[in-house]
This record gives sequence, C-alpha cells and structure tokens, in this order.
Amino acid sequence: MYQFNVYRIGPEIKIGEVDLSFTNASLFMVISSLAVLIIFNLGSKKNSLIPNKIQLLAELSYTFVSKMISDTAGSKAKPYFSFIFSLFMFVLFCNMFGMIPYAFTVTSHIIVTFVLAAFIFFGVTIIGFIKHGFGYLKLFVPSGVPVVLLPLIVVIEVISYLSRPVSLSVRLFANMMAGHTMMKVFGGFVISLGIVGGWLPLGFSVALTGLEILVAFLQAYVFAILTCIYLNDALNLHH
Amino acid sequence: MFLRFSQSLLIYFLLFSYVESAESGGMPQLNPEFWFSQIFWLIITFGIMFILLSKLVLPKISENLEVRKAQISENIEAAEKQREESDKKLKEYDQLILNSKNEAKDYFNKAREKILKDVDKKRENLEKEINEEINKAEKEILDLKNKSPEKIRKIASETSSDLIKQLIGVEVNNSSISAIVEDVTRKTN
Repeated sequence: MYQFNVYRIGPEIKIGEVDLSFTNASLFMVISSLAVLIIFNLGSKKNSLIPNKIQLLAELSYTFVSKMISDTAGSKAKPYFSFIFSLFMFVLFCNMFGMIPYAFTVTSHIIVTFVLAAFIFFGVTIIGFIKHGFGYLKLFVPSGVPVVLLPLIVVIEVISYLSRPVSLSVRLFANMMAGHTMMKVFGGFVISLGIVGGWLPLGFSVALTGLEILVAFLQAYVFAILTCIYLNDALNLHH
Repeated sequence: MFLRFSQSLLIYFLLFSYVESAESGGMPQLNPEFWFSQIFWLIITFGIMFILLSKLVLPKISENLEVRKAQISENIEAAEKQREESDKKLKEYDQLILNSKNEAKDYFNKAREKILKDVDKKRENLEKEINEEINKAEKEILDLKNKSPEKIRKIASETSSDLIKQLIGVEVNNSSISAIVEDVTRKTN
C-alpha cells in the first residue's frame, strides 16, 4: 500500500492545530489542474476554421461534456456546464496521471472523492430547494404508489438520497484503489517469480494497464454523469 | 545487466514491503493525518482551475465553436444562393437556346415556303405558256384541217381540168368539174 501513502513535501504548514502541509497528493492535484488549464488554454487560443489537433481535442471535449449534460439533465443544466466540465476534467486527469508509474493517484483517496461528492450533494440539494422550495421534498414521494406502502417507500427514498455522496465517492475511490492494488500485486508476482515464471503476470500487468486506463476514463465519466443525473433530479422534479 | 536490474528491483520491493509492514498497517486512505491538507489543497486547486476554466477558457471555446458554426452556415447559405443563381442562369440559357432554335425553325420554314411559292409560280407560268402554245398549235391544226378539203378540191379540179385539156384539148367548164370532184369526194368519203 506504499503507493497510496501521503507524505509531506517541503515545510510543515500548520494553521492552529490543522496540518495543511503541501504533500505529494497536493502536488498531483496541482499537476492535474495545471495540465487541464494548459491543454484547454492552448486549445482555445487560436480560432481557425479547420482546428488543429489540440484545438480539436478541446472542442471535442467541450461538445462531449455539453452533450452529456443536455442529454441527461436537459437545457436547464446549462449554467452548471463549467462546473461539471471542470469536475470531469479534474477527475479524469487525476485518474490518468495516477497511471504513470511512481505517480500518486489523487482520486484513490476516499477523503478527496468524498469532499467532491459531498460538495455535489449539498450543491444539488440547495439548487433543488431554491428551484422548488419545499416542493423538492416531493422527490421522496413517488407518484402512483399505494398509500399503504408510502411510509416505507419514503424511508427508502430518503436513505437512497442520503447515501448518494457515499456511493458516488466510494465508487470512484474503490475503483481507483482496487485497480492500482491489482497492478501492484501482479507487479510483485513478476518480481517474485523471477525471469522464468514472471512473464505471465507481466502480461497480466500489461493487460491490466490497458484496463485501468479504460477504468480511469470510465470512472471520470460515471462521476460526471451521476452528477448530471442528480442535477436533473434537482432541476426537473419528475416524481 | 537485466539480472542486476531485476535484482535491484527485488531489493526495492523487499524494502518497500518492509516499510509497509513497519507502518501501522491497513489503508493509508483511512489515516486522518493529512485529510485536512488534502481537502485544503483540493479546494484550492480545483477552485482555481474551475474559476479559470469558467471565466477564461470555456467561453472562448464556446465562442470559437459558435463562430465556426456561424461561418459554416453562412458559407452554406452563400453556396445555396449561388446554386440558385446558377440554376436561374441555366434556365435562362436553356430559354435562349430554345428561342433561337424556334427562330431558326421559323426562318427555315419561311424560306421553304418562299421557295415553294416561287416554284409554284414558275410552274404555273410555265404551264400557262405551254397551254397557250398547245392552244395555238391546236388552232393551227384545226385551221389547216378545215382548209384542207377545199384546197384538195381546188387542186383536184385544177389538175383534172389540166388533164382533160391535155388529153382532149378542150376547155372544160370549171364549175362542172368541181361538181364532179365534189361528187367523187363524197363518194370516197
């Protein structure tokens, strides 16, 4: 589990009793967000009718995310586009940078994903209450349910609603951690089986790397699309 | 070389696992030592990225996309317009060709009619002339026909009177001879 260790880089920064030191996790957060900013800034600088490669990349990502939002949350979700775009890109880049050997995976820490998920949860809930007032509580009362079952259903709905941040954060964190642990385990097998028997786990390791890159993209996508779905619940009350 | 490399890797591996086991064990994720630092830096990095993206970068990309869309639709519109124009021109051209074809046909027809008329006229004139000639000839023939019996009679009476004179040396009365000749001709006829 060494690869998930957080350690201090540079001096210890303490505000009161709270340790806010710059760590390797912070370093990779900075790297990821800088990479996003640099790539998309380069992609938006020149406006040619026929885009160059980096511009194409930026514009394809833009249309990809905007299509994802309009498909799942409708046109009302447009003001939240830049947040969901930033979220998707941040998670995607953190996941992808984590695939580099010796790099630290920011999203493999539950506290990071939980903070993101909790922010989304509270944000979506606040948006829901602002848009619908107390009518937002109708979310917990599905229509067309027999009155007898209603208390049970409402309890289940409330629990499922409250578990959203947990499921959202744990999904991302567990996927990233499990993938990296697996790769480490197979890497360890390569070493312990030596030059004779190590080829099989090495092949697995290569295959897993491909799989993990896919998972890194997929989990970022899932994170973003679930955010869109929650936002959809808050914006367009369906129940 | 490779063996040495793998050996050193093995040493690292053992070292790491030793360090690991020296730790409290379990997942570092659940160790709250750096939680606040992570939250703090997450908010800072994500916040700065979000602000810069939403204020500077994304509007530019969206503007670029809009501009491109507008330009493409403009170009399509212009192309459409030009196509319409060319269609119009093509129609005009077709009309022109049709008109000129009709005109050419008219000219041809007119010329043919004129020629036909001329030919007819000439033929009529010729026929007229021919007819006249024929009439004249017929008249002459008729004249000749009408005049011939008298002449024949005259010649006959003259020759007969001459014959008689030479034969018998007597002058015969002309009228009696002509009466006889007439009688003979009637009989022969």
